Amino acid sequence: MADTEKIIEIQVLRYRPEQDKEPVLQSYKVPFTDDMSVLQGLQYIKDFLDGTVSFRWSCRMAICGSCGMMIDGKPKLSCKTFLREYYPQGLQVEALAHLPIERDLMVSVEDFVTKLESIKPYIIPKEERTLEQGEYLQTPQQRDMYEQFSSCINCMLCYAACPQYGLNPKFTGPGILALLHRYNADSRDGGQAERNELGYADEGFWGCTAVGYCSEVCPKGVDPANAINQNKMNSAINYFTRFVTPGGAGK
Amino acid sequence: MSNRRPYVRSMDGWWRRDAYFVRYMAREVTAVFVAAYAVVLLFGLVRLGQGKEAYEAWLQYLKTPWMLVFHLIVLAVFCYHTWSWFNIMPKTMPIIFVGGKRLQPGTITGTGLAASVVACLAVLFIVRGMS
Repeated sequence: MADTEKIIEIQVLRYRPEQDKEPVLQSYKVPFTDDMSVLQGLQYIKDFLDGTVSFRWSCRMAICGSCGMMIDGKPKLSCKTFLREYYPQGLQVEALAHLPIERDLMVSVEDFVTKLESIKPYIIPKEERTLEQGEYLQTPQQRDMYEQFSSCINCMLCYAACPQYGLNPKFTGPGILALLHRYNADSRDGGQAERNELGYADEGFWGCTAVGYCSEVCPKGVDPANAINQNKMNSAINYFTRFVTPGGAGK
Repeated sequence: MSNRRPYVRSMDGWWRRDAYFVRYMAREVTAVFVAAYAVVLLFGLVRLGQGKEAYEAWLQYLKTPWMLVFHLIVLAVFCYHTWSWFNIMPKTMPIIFVGGKRLQPGTITGTGLAASVVACLAVLFIVRGMS
């Protein structure tokens, strides 16, 4: 190793269910270069200092959504955050807030995945078309209505940024409600009524109090707060009109 | 046998954890001041119903030093209230296209703030005109 290499202190919140009653901080001194991400720092720890440290990662380029964690208290992708930003004071990494810690920096994703499946995150065609009829056409403006919401990589940073989810895990949460809106807002989709049973429920859009931090931390510019809050008006209209439209109240 | 024992962290003091949450709580708390000032105005309406003398006494009470201080605090809080709510307003609106271009969040916030300034000035001029 070159003499010019700097050393940074990384504090990792450890939790080993078989031996720790509660999470404890453990400190590591990591040599680093300016081009190293926090994820690479953790990989150095695992390879050279302590093989028992557990964390998830895959692509290393902010597209797989696996390596989200709290870095100095902020939800971030560790592959997209650089160690140099925390030099010389050092940094603390912790599993994503508001989610149960499975082990060290890994959280339980069960709740997220179950909710993701429940909102039918796929296009339910408005009209069935045969192959001969060709593709489902869409104007650029129709595409703009959902495109940003389709950039979600399921990294769950927005869940770690959402105090309402932390206080009440029954709340469907920012990322999944944004995906619900992504499909509802697609001109080719006809599944709005099915999805809105979840969206208009107490655990749906109304669980959001417009804190807005989810949109701030999203590494993909999805803006979940916008996806959720623009639906509150639709939900309110639906709530009142169902009493006056034939068969509406039964839905 | 599974060693799984997922650990759930406490939410105690959550809003002090991040400056963003503190600003959010500050925004929410401004609503209490709005409600308090609505009570002040409602009280004035009651006094007005009791006759000219009662109403004049209420107006005099508003001019006492403590009420002036209260008004200054409320004014500052209302300014933050206006700014913070128009700041979050773009999040509550559907995607809008004007002339084929997407309406930017800054434009929505700016329009809201401008509308509130115009409304305040209009009320001020109307009241001046009447007195």
